[in-house]
Amino acid sequence: MIGYLGKRLLWALAVLAGISLAVFLVVHLSGDPTALYMGPEGTKEDYQILRAALGFDRPLPEQYGLFVLRAIQGDFGRSLRHRQPTLPLVLERFPRTLVLAVAALALATVLALPLGVLAAVRRGSFLDSGAMILALAGQCMPTFWLGILLILAFAVNLRWVPVYGGEGVLTLILPAITLGVWAMARTARITRSSMLEVLNQDFLRTARAKGIGERSVILRHALRNGAIPIVTALGLELGNLLGGAVITEAVFAYPGIGRLAVEAVVNKDVPLIQAVVFTVAAALLLLNIFIDLAYAALDPRVRLGHAHAA
Amino acid sequence: MQLDAGALPASIAGPARPATRRAWRRTRVLLGSGGARVGAAILLVVLACAAAPGWLAPADPNEQNLLARFTRPATRAADGSLAVLGTDQLGRDILSRVIHGAKTSVLIGLAAVLVAGAVGTGLGLLAGMRGGPWDHAIMRLADMQFAFPFILLAITVIGVLGASVRNIVLVVGLSNWVAYARVVRAETLATREKAFVDAARALGVSLPSIVLRHVLPNVSASLIVVATFGVAGAILTEAGLSFLGLGVPLAIPSWGGMLAEGRQFVDTRYWLALFPGAALFVTVMGINLLGDALRDALDPYLQTRQARTSMDRL
Repeated sequence: MIGYLGKRLLWALAVLAGISLAVFLVVHLSGDPTALYMGPEGTKEDYQILRAALGFDRPLPEQYGLFVLRAIQGDFGRSLRHRQPTLPLVLERFPRTLVLAVAALALATVLALPLGVLAAVRRGSFLDSGAMILALAGQCMPTFWLGILLILAFAVNLRWVPVYGGEGVLTLILPAITLGVWAMARTARITRSSMLEVLNQDFLRTARAKGIGERSVILRHALRNGAIPIVTALGLELGNLLGGAVITEAVFAYPGIGRLAVEAVVNKDVPLIQAVVFTVAAALLLLNIFIDLAYAALDPRVRLGHAHAA
Repeated sequence: MQLDAGALPASIAGPARPATRRAWRRTRVLLGSGGARVGAAILLVVLACAAAPGWLAPADPNEQNLLARFTRPATRAADGSLAVLGTDQLGRDILSRVIHGAKTSVLIGLAAVLVAGAVGTGLGLLAGMRGGPWDHAIMRLADMQFAFPFILLAITVIGVLGASVRNIVLVVGLSNWVAYARVVRAETLATREKAFVDAARALGVSLPSIVLRHVLPNVSASLIVVATFGVAGAILTEAGLSFLGLGVPLAIPSWGGMLAEGRQFVDTRYWLALFPGAALFVTVMGINLLGDALRDALDPYLQTRQARTSMDRL
């Protein structure tokens, strides 16, 4: 168990190192990174001074080493636009995105599980095909269009929620639906196929033969055994949701980390971009380790020592 | 001895033109389900729009007419021309822009899939044929990329390099190679052990030749399926980037860009955002329906193995 955890942490560190290298190199893709900080109006002398001040005149490996050393201390430099250290800016926005992602995931789970289970139990019925058509539509839906449609329906026409801004849970509902639909569609499909596999197994016949009620057979015996792929998928989904939040937050003008990232990119605020990408990566890796541990708690068959690092 | 095809039983000699026959039979299997037919019909329309937008569109997609701003759908503009899907904030005809947008989506989608497919297939073959440290390194790189929401790195790269069609294709392509690499590697590992590969090797065929002549054709069925879904993912990603203002330049009509503009007027002029989004949704749906049918027709076992691309989350 400890060895497994150690292995996972090592792998997480390796991924983080890879991402830090990518984030670092991206800045140098444009040729002269000083230009990103200076803009076209600087004179040659200005460029020289700034280049030296930012350390871009040193060899690349040295710059990368320095970048990593600072990153470990949580120092990604000062935001060019906000003129303050970047990490507090990111950490201020991050909880809002996390709330949004968790709300979306909760919504997706609450809707997808019953839908998937019912579709599997009544395989081939009207309900089954209806649910699967819905799931296909959900997977093809561009999130930004869905967001706009929801605004149109519930904010503009029905006036149930404010179009932009507002306070409290109301502001969370439409973004959470928008962000969650894809995860819901996917989870419903996975739940259905996972349940279909379990439903044919002998232990269910045994349970029925013992006189256990059908509801209990499905929920306590079948669903519990079919849950593992579903939990895995949901765990992977959270990472996707954090990424998808970039678009959803843009649609709803939701002040999360995704919008911060887009603003930073539009303003060419390089240190802020680096801080956002790095923070999200670190959070995701930590999350993945938690999910793996939860997975082990759920399924005693998972022999941790042999689990494949993914 | 010369073989006379006429002397052989029909079952061996086969019909007169087997290739045509086989293609026809495959098409019939492929289009056997209702969903596949709907998908194929949608794609025919989209491809027609993409191939000849100038012919099909009633007007120039970039022609502005400030007197005819915000014309409602199915009404006549001030100059008497019929605006089927209405006009936008600059008086441009939305139907024409949607039709021209198909070209943007299809071209970028296909180009991105070509990039992703080429890189992914190359790396997958390398990992599968060479094995050992090559395999390990490539697969760890794939894991790494899969573990991270790539849109964040994508917008970063676009932000630094600037938004252009070439950069979009490269970013979308390079962010989606993992699915191809995984499928190709798995198929390569399976094919490598087959007797005909051993035979080719024993005959002294070189490795590149074995890969090209013997391994690649056996991988192609899976590759086609992954690529089909990949086009849908790439189109959605391009539209997402354009929606964020980090996609194709505004001078080129694109569905994502139209949605971004329409989003500003959503409270009063719904049609600006409604139609490009619908085009996007229907196109992606068509590709997915056809992809499902292709998967069933070409490789019934692929379903469990097919890796999802990291960006189709958009």
